[in-house]
Amino acid sequence: MIAVIDYGAGNLASVRRGLVVAAQVVCSAVGELAPAVRVTGDPAVVADAMAVVLPGVGAFGDAVTELRRRGLEDAIAEAFIGPRPFLGICLGLQILFPSSEESPGIPGLGLVSGSVRRFRHVPKVPHMGWNQLEAIEPNALLRGIPDRSYAYFVHSYYADPDDSSLVTSWSEYGGRFCSSIGTGTAFACQFHPEKSQRVGLRILQNFVRVTIHAADPSD
Amino acid sequence: MLGKRIIPCLDVDKGRVVKGVNFVGLVDAGDPVEQARYYDAEEADELVLLDITASSDERDTMVDVVRRTAEHVSIPFTVGGGIRSVDDMRLILAAGADKVSINTSAILEPQLIRDGAERFGSQCIVVAMDPKRMDDGSWDVHTHGGRTPTGIDARDWCRRAEDLGAGEILITVMDKDGTLSGYDIEITRAVSEAVSIPVIASGGAGTLEHLYEALTEGKADAVLAASIFHFRTHTIREAKDYLLSRGVPMRS
Repeated sequence: MIAVIDYGAGNLASVRRGLVVAAQVVCSAVGELAPAVRVTGDPAVVADAMAVVLPGVGAFGDAVTELRRRGLEDAIAEAFIGPRPFLGICLGLQILFPSSEESPGIPGLGLVSGSVRRFRHVPKVPHMGWNQLEAIEPNALLRGIPDRSYAYFVHSYYADPDDSSLVTSWSEYGGRFCSSIGTGTAFACQFHPEKSQRVGLRILQNFVRVTIHAADPSD
Repeated sequence: MLGKRIIPCLDVDKGRVVKGVNFVGLVDAGDPVEQARYYDAEEADELVLLDITASSDERDTMVDVVRRTAEHVSIPFTVGGGIRSVDDMRLILAAGADKVSINTSAILEPQLIRDGAERFGSQCIVVAMDPKRMDDGSWDVHTHGGRTPTGIDARDWCRRAEDLGAGEILITVMDKDGTLSGYDIEITRAVSEAVSIPVIASGGAGTLEHLYEALTEGKADAVLAASIFHFRTHTIREAKDYLLSRGVPMRS
């Protein structure tokens, strides 16, 4: 089972649907049963999942406060650091960092060192629409995604990791910003794969493949 | 580089498309979900579903359309029409829409913009406005489908909407809507320069040149169009190829 973490912010239907479609495509190709996708706010269910997806819409402070209130922080950290695959999406990338300019004084999860900053010196905020993934570092999540593919973004803040070797793609908006990170089986992207059509479906399929492989490395 | 967006708009009345793509290949051309899937496959960048149902008794019908659309498309879509409260927003967003658009209800109750933005995030809240050119040179925002003048200038209203937390502005110039004579470039540009949130131009697109003008001279971030795509004067692909050939960044 792949857990999609629900902390009461925003609509998770499209993330769930994207993962269900991706799991069906991947698993029918290899004749396996597709893993279930479960939207949950229960830390025990998250702790029990094969893989964990942390979506996010809304504000940084509200999101981390609500995750803590629901007792989900440890389950997320465990999935991010441990061998189970993890995928953060949009705010689900930003809250991995220690803090954000969006919510001063409210600590993030601090699993990745760096900062989250507001876009400045750009004509329009939010950065909304289709933008290109550039200088893609071919990792398991972005395998087969051609350089300069378009993905759908909507955000006013961007993450800036201290360790640039974590960055798996860059995008351009008033300067270069980090549009995805990855290490081992932990991934996070600023764009929305569930809204990025073919490119997004491919990314979600890659995540399902990583999940199946992590559960049974002999596959 | 951030691409400019092309957004087809479907008018939905009592759960059926009244202005939609005129294409023989569709099994049920009146089904909004089938139309939405068609534009998804054509690689439109987003979609707008506008509920023009007069009666509020039919809200459940639209919620069902939104739910079924969300099951079948993988691009973002906005739902407008008949949204008058935070509860209405919640219903539509929970059914799977990515954004809601509010128009008359925002003028009557500007706090609705702030309440919606605080509850769901600015990125969900599109403020639509219908300005008309007045004899004195002002651009008066009209409500109730363009029938009622408000005495509010479009530039003032869009700045106010931004301050209240709107994430995007959709501007439909009523004198132009349905004319196929081109967007009102002057108003579009004035609004786009007045705010620092994205602006969608709407009303009047009849040729690919019109799309180009709105995105360049008009400084719009996106163009919404109906007839030009519904009547298959042009496909989304043709529009994108044309705009790309003229140097407009587009998802290709």
